[in-house]
Amino acid sequence: MKYIQFAFSLLVTAALVYALNRKWGAVPPMGKFLSPQQGIWKNKDKEDDFKNADLHFDQLKGKVNVHFDKRLVPHVFAENDADAYFVQGYLHARYRLWQMEFQTYYAAGRLSEIVGEKALPLDRKFRRLGMVYAAENSIRETEKDPMSKMATDSYTAGVNAYIKKLRPADLPLEYKILDYQPEPWTNLKTALLLKYMSFDLSGYEEDFERENTKAVFSKLLYETIYQYGNDSLSPIAPMNTVFSKPGIALKVPKNADSVYFNYKNNTGTDIKDISKPDKSNGSNNWAVSGSRTKSGKPILCNDPHLSLNLPSLWYEMQLHTPSFNSYGASLPGTPAIIIGFNDSCAFGFTNAMRDVRDYYEIKFKDAGKKEYWFNNQWQTSTLKFDTIKIKGSADFIDTIAYVKEFGPVMYDASFRGLGLIPKNTNGAENFRTSGKNYAVRWIAHDPSNELKTFLLLNRSKNFKDYEQAISTFVCPGQNMIFACNSGDIAIKQQGVFPAKWLRQGDFPMPGFDSTYMWQGMIPQSENYMIKNPDRGFISSANQYPYDTKTYPYYLGGNYPFTRGLYINQRLEKMTGITPADMQQLQNDNFNIYAKMMLPVLVQYCNEAELNTAEKNYLETMKKWNLQSDIKETGATVFYVWNDNLESLIWSDELAPLKNYAWPQESTLYDALRHDTAMAFIDNINTPEKENLRQMVTKAFKAAAGRLAVLEKEGKLEWGKYKATMVKHLMDAERKLPLSRYDLPIGGGENIINATKKDHGPSWKMVVQLTDKVEAYGVYPGGQSGNPGSAYYDNFLDTWASGKYYKLWLMQESEKGSADVLFALNFSK
Amino acid sequence: MKFFVAILLTALLSFAFGLQLPWWFIAVAAFIVAIAIPQKNAKAWLSGFLGVFLLWSILAFVAEQKGGELIAKQIATLLPLQGNTFLLVLVTGFIGGMVAGFGALTGSIGRKMLRTT
Repeated sequence: MKYIQFAFSLLVTAALVYALNRKWGAVPPMGKFLSPQQGIWKNKDKEDDFKNADLHFDQLKGKVNVHFDKRLVPHVFAENDADAYFVQGYLHARYRLWQMEFQTYYAAGRLSEIVGEKALPLDRKFRRLGMVYAAENSIRETEKDPMSKMATDSYTAGVNAYIKKLRPADLPLEYKILDYQPEPWTNLKTALLLKYMSFDLSGYEEDFERENTKAVFSKLLYETIYQYGNDSLSPIAPMNTVFSKPGIALKVPKNADSVYFNYKNNTGTDIKDISKPDKSNGSNNWAVSGSRTKSGKPILCNDPHLSLNLPSLWYEMQLHTPSFNSYGASLPGTPAIIIGFNDSCAFGFTNAMRDVRDYYEIKFKDAGKKEYWFNNQWQTSTLKFDTIKIKGSADFIDTIAYVKEFGPVMYDASFRGLGLIPKNTNGAENFRTSGKNYAVRWIAHDPSNELKTFLLLNRSKNFKDYEQAISTFVCPGQNMIFACNSGDIAIKQQGVFPAKWLRQGDFPMPGFDSTYMWQGMIPQSENYMIKNPDRGFISSANQYPYDTKTYPYYLGGNYPFTRGLYINQRLEKMTGITPADMQQLQNDNFNIYAKMMLPVLVQYCNEAELNTAEKNYLETMKKWNLQSDIKETGATVFYVWNDNLESLIWSDELAPLKNYAWPQESTLYDALRHDTAMAFIDNINTPEKENLRQMVTKAFKAAAGRLAVLEKEGKLEWGKYKATMVKHLMDAERKLPLSRYDLPIGGGENIINATKKDHGPSWKMVVQLTDKVEAYGVYPGGQSGNPGSAYYDNFLDTWASGKYYKLWLMQESEKGSADVLFALNFSK
Repeated sequence: MKFFVAILLTALLSFAFGLQLPWWFIAVAAFIVAIAIPQKNAKAWLSGFLGVFLLWSILAFVAEQKGGELIAKQIATLLPLQGNTFLLVLVTGFIGGMVAGFGALTGSIGRKMLRTT
């Protein structure tokens, strides 16, 4: 009897321990999770975290002193460069380990290892896109360069030095929630992270959606909805720029009209891309020369617009060694300062938006994918077998064919994006009989060393150094802006861009006919540098870099013209500029698109059809000062009205395509300027033919209904309507307490302050290149990645209110300053 | 008296184990104490439960008071306990207590089993 009792009691105890030591669905392992000695109770700010300490590592050659200021920004003083990068790796890991590792799992197609089978389609997508292939090509190239190798090796060693000493109790919170352990860092992971940036910034595309559009639309309709160029364009290289004779004479394939531009005469595609980067990933940057500033020295400004996340993408720091002294936003997972300044120069980036990724149809001989048709003969592909580990399930083995002319065959019978999620039956592929295969050709696959540009920019002393630093940068193409205390300002759209004929790569191309291949890369000399222009300023905001009417190559991609236009209009008029003026400009909420579009709406609205309530909303909008400030209700009326009108105009034609690309906001304005009776206005689902007046009025009446609901909910004010949030990286459903909601901040699309719902200025920086550099900056987050720390989100309010921190380019002699909170001293 | 000694010993041993070993060694701690201190099964269970319930609640409460209110608030919202951090402290204690209670019961029965053979 006792034996049975004992066995039963033991079993109950064991079952309890088992149940509380493992994850159940989204529920963390509760025993481990809540244990006060190992679980989440340890993830708080501890006194020891802010005390001076000596740390010893065999890998160090000299001493490294790190002074943390009151915002927890580390100022790293190292005796040599390698030690500086070692400590940078250590600090990134100490404050941001989970995010940097999680992002590399994401990029490498390994999320299934953490979250299970639901991530399998996403993992397959990234592997088939060739992210790991790209990172491997990149790391080989990076390790050839001694400085890049030194930086990456030291950085990796620093991250691992931290991971090695990490006790289970001190694991970042997210590991405890998701119940897994960090693995050692590698140089490849750094490369993966940079490739993830390539994906995020050069990965937005609409090739398959546009293929569907082409199946149904005439050429005229296509050109209306995806126009090339803008009427109101204010390009990065001013309109009068003279372009040299193109180095590559492009030949449009002979059969392009029948095979490629086959409008209304093709079948479209079933491919549906999953997890695209945000279309609005973009930025502002500008610099003004001394002729326009009060100090007589240049000022450089930059604010990259990216998804607003916690922990923040950026980690602020200063790196000081005998060879350089740089301050700014660093990217956890990567050595160097990415956007920042040093004693003499400042540097920043906006996205070039160029289309550097195209798809080619591949015809395989059979389902084995071993042979494909190219230029009238069978060629041999290389098959790669990719094993995806899945938490709680058997491994999935994916077979991916690589073709030498293009790259991986991303889409084939076994993978159609979202279209097909195969059963995980021990690697067997669930073949589907229809559908074309597509290989992906992407500049990010080509061997390149992007890191070197940042390492050299950190060390730049003058224009020549900058010119050299950026010359090797391949992908993602960026508008690289520069200013120097000698007085120089410069900007160049840098990257490797394929030379394309008009509309090449808008749609997938035949991959069996070499005449459709890219015919070469645009020579670097034809990426134009704008240096010290007469107008005394340079700027970029993701608009077309060149006048599309005279530039000899097709640019591809999506380019909003509005922010660039307004920035240039404003800078044109400014003199005696101070850093405070530049901060104000970065926070400017003027909606230039509304200024252009609002009169069109008012003109075509039939007021006789409106009731009193509707008229009131119309009056509110007419009185609006065009500032998208948090308290403005007119901004909400305009936004909802314009949104409804876009829907009425485009939806009836686009919706039947199922998978389609929505036109840019400015397209409607440009299209109506050209033709207020264009075909899109008519609702094709009704027998009568509607005109613009009817549609604008109808859109307004629908908007008024929505506005009444918003008003009842107290969300008519722009700030409340927009409800900007900063989302924790694993908060897919936007409801976790780790995210921050309803921030009071204005701005939006087409506005310099490009803060949307969950996207916007991820780092705002203003640098005046006086003899002693004067810099200001802020980002929406905090230096600690730990949601349990007071430093997790302590910059948020400053950021939302449009204020800045003065950035302290510290001298080591200032280590006794009251602004130093504590110091970590690293040595052997 | 034995009851209170058992509670105290369970708490102390659990704490010591927790410094280095996995969290579930609280069950082993309670088991050892129940072997060492003879009690009726029900009392053994209760002393195991209370030993770790008190240990974990107090440790959690102190952590919450000393800089842990942010993390407690977020976890109490995540779990979900409506952001009630006091409830989170009690849940923490309860989970530890249950595991230790059954560890102690097993020890207590085991002791009697060894005695009778």
